Amino acid sequence: MTKSELIVRLAARFPQLVAKDTDFAVKMVLDAMADALAQGDRIEIRGFGSFSLNYRPPRVGRNPKSGEKVQVPEKYVPHFKAGKELRERVDIIG
Amino acid sequence: MNVTLTKAELADLLFEKVGLNKREAKDMVEGFFEEIRSALERGESVKLSGFGNFQLRDKPQRPGRNPKTGEEIPISARRVVTFHASQKLKAAVERLTDVDKRA
Repeated sequence: MTKSELIVRLAARFPQLVAKDTDFAVKMVLDAMADALAQGDRIEIRGFGSFSLNYRPPRVGRNPKSGEKVQVPEKYVPHFKAGKELRERVDIIG
Repeated sequence: MNVTLTKAELADLLFEKVGLNKREAKDMVEGFFEEIRSALERGESVKLSGFGNFQLRDKPQRPGRNPKTGEEIPISARRVVTFHASQKLKAAVERLTDVDKRA
């Protein structure tokens, strides 16, 4: 499912809204989530999951082409942990 | 300014910025996450350009251990969700330093 398919599905759920508002709402939610992470905040959606940042300490890496050593600075990477409901609904094997 | 973004804040945003009424804003946020859950439940991956992808991984059974008793118990085969942030989101987050993040 892509973002545009998600918008189509939501528009079908909300026939009273104009499609433009549903489109805007989806983009607004995604922007707000990205902005929250970009300023170091967490996101917690009950039944879905939580997004947080994981720290990666500075390290010495290598340029794979030249073999040269390069200093890779510390950074944060986004991390998602699925919530209970999502975990259980997706796990059709277990 | 480290706070936690929740469904309530997202609904407030849709009320203020999109002009949905409070009921619609709450339902829209709930519907947004429910559609993603449903797609994953159907076995579909979810690709939200600019944000990231949710994918499914089937993991085989593997040996495990009860950390308290040391007893060996197999961890059953399962399907799990993984999230891969987009390049755009990774780049936005990477710029943070420990000073910015006091959580």
